[in-house]
Amino acid sequence: MNRNISCTVNSKSMTWQIDIRMSLADLLRQHGFTSVKEGCGVGECGACAVLIDDVAVDSCLYLAVWADGRNIRTTEGESKEGKLSPVQQAYLDTGSVQCGFCTPGLIMASTSFVEQHKGQKVSREQIRKGLAGNLCRCTGYDGIVRAVEQCIDAEKK
Amino acid sequence: MFDIDSYHKADTVDEAIALLSQNPDAVPIAGGTDVLVRLHSHNPDYRHLVDIHDVAELKNITMEPDGTIVIGSGVNFTDLAQSPIVSVNIPVLVEGASSIGGPQVRNVATIGGNISNGAPSADAAPPLLVLNAHIELKGPEGFRRLPLHQFYQGPGLVDRNSGEIMTCLRISSTDYKGWSGHYCKYAMRGAMDIATIGCAAACKIDGDRVAGIRLAFGVAGPTPLRCWRTEEKAQGSVADQTLLDLVSGSVLGDLRPRNSWRASKDFREQIITTLSERVLKEALKRNGVSIS
Repeated sequence: MNRNISCTVNSKSMTWQIDIRMSLADLLRQHGFTSVKEGCGVGECGACAVLIDDVAVDSCLYLAVWADGRNIRTTEGESKEGKLSPVQQAYLDTGSVQCGFCTPGLIMASTSFVEQHKGQKVSREQIRKGLAGNLCRCTGYDGIVRAVEQCIDAEKK
Repeated sequence: MFDIDSYHKADTVDEAIALLSQNPDAVPIAGGTDVLVRLHSHNPDYRHLVDIHDVAELKNITMEPDGTIVIGSGVNFTDLAQSPIVSVNIPVLVEGASSIGGPQVRNVATIGGNISNGAPSADAAPPLLVLNAHIELKGPEGFRRLPLHQFYQGPGLVDRNSGEIMTCLRISSTDYKGWSGHYCKYAMRGAMDIATIGCAAACKIDGDRVAGIRLAFGVAGPTPLRCWRTEEKAQGSVADQTLLDLVSGSVLGDLRPRNSWRASKDFREQIITTLSERVLKEALKRNGVSIS
């Protein structure tokens, strides 16, 4: 049941032997990308969200074999040379991190939303819809929405 | 780790058909948002997989010269909603597609899977039913086509033989040109929820009368259902409040909602009656007929 796959994770090339029964979340965590959390395991909470070819996907419902040939981004790779990404910085500025379990998944879903809406005017309702696949059990949504707003406003300037 | 016993990856439809024919226990896996959830809860019916996740020929949306819209079964809901062919010509399907799950689910979940798993709650189903969509399947004996309402056979049951793959959904130009439509999902939450009731309506207007009317519901019976008798009664009526009253008074006769832990039968009937009027009213409005 083993297979070899090649992919990039946070711009680094990887070749891994994997068990086809693994989810991408299992694989990433096994190799130290522990920002990827498995919350519900059924695609409802978004704590395991990563970007695959810049598209947000729940890695718990994604077979590791499907990652072959693709570019994966996790929260570990978003800060460059010690500098936080604009989305990460906005989460910090707006106090959007409480217990922190949902944060990595939300950072990736927010990053995808911000990249897709570059230069556009977006409403709070659109932001909420865009992040509807991520649950924050601390219910800190207001700060999270403000963090995304801050990034979109900064893009416009 | 998922409880998978055998796994084969197909690169083409023919390869998938050959693999499925070799193992009658095998099920196709495309987006994985249903199959992997079932495996997560150790469902033994999904242990043998034929992987069609990367079959490129299933991921196209095209329009044939006669205006027929062809949607590959492997198209995901994000791509479906963003497709100009779909959003310009059959926006009612965009309303269904964008109400499913959340963004991460829509980025991978496929329209073929949403229909093939036979769920009565499939959000793509009521819009496709009012568009008179036809299903195309390919198996060892070749292609066959049938109307979507005939594809549904019972809860979780569809007319797909082992060895067959749904290749595409087809919507003829006579089923969308001149028609307007609307889909409304009634659920307990605004996102990440399963419909309590889903309702789609489509209509065509000739002067002040309805030249065609179609109504379909999800979670109002063992499968998504068209309201044939109501449609027949309403055909040719003047498009006014009397029509809306006729429809809302008649739809329950076409449907079989039941009690479940999600909602009671009584509550579902109340929503069905209310939505039938509201959704048809909006569909009429989109065809230039406003009923105050």
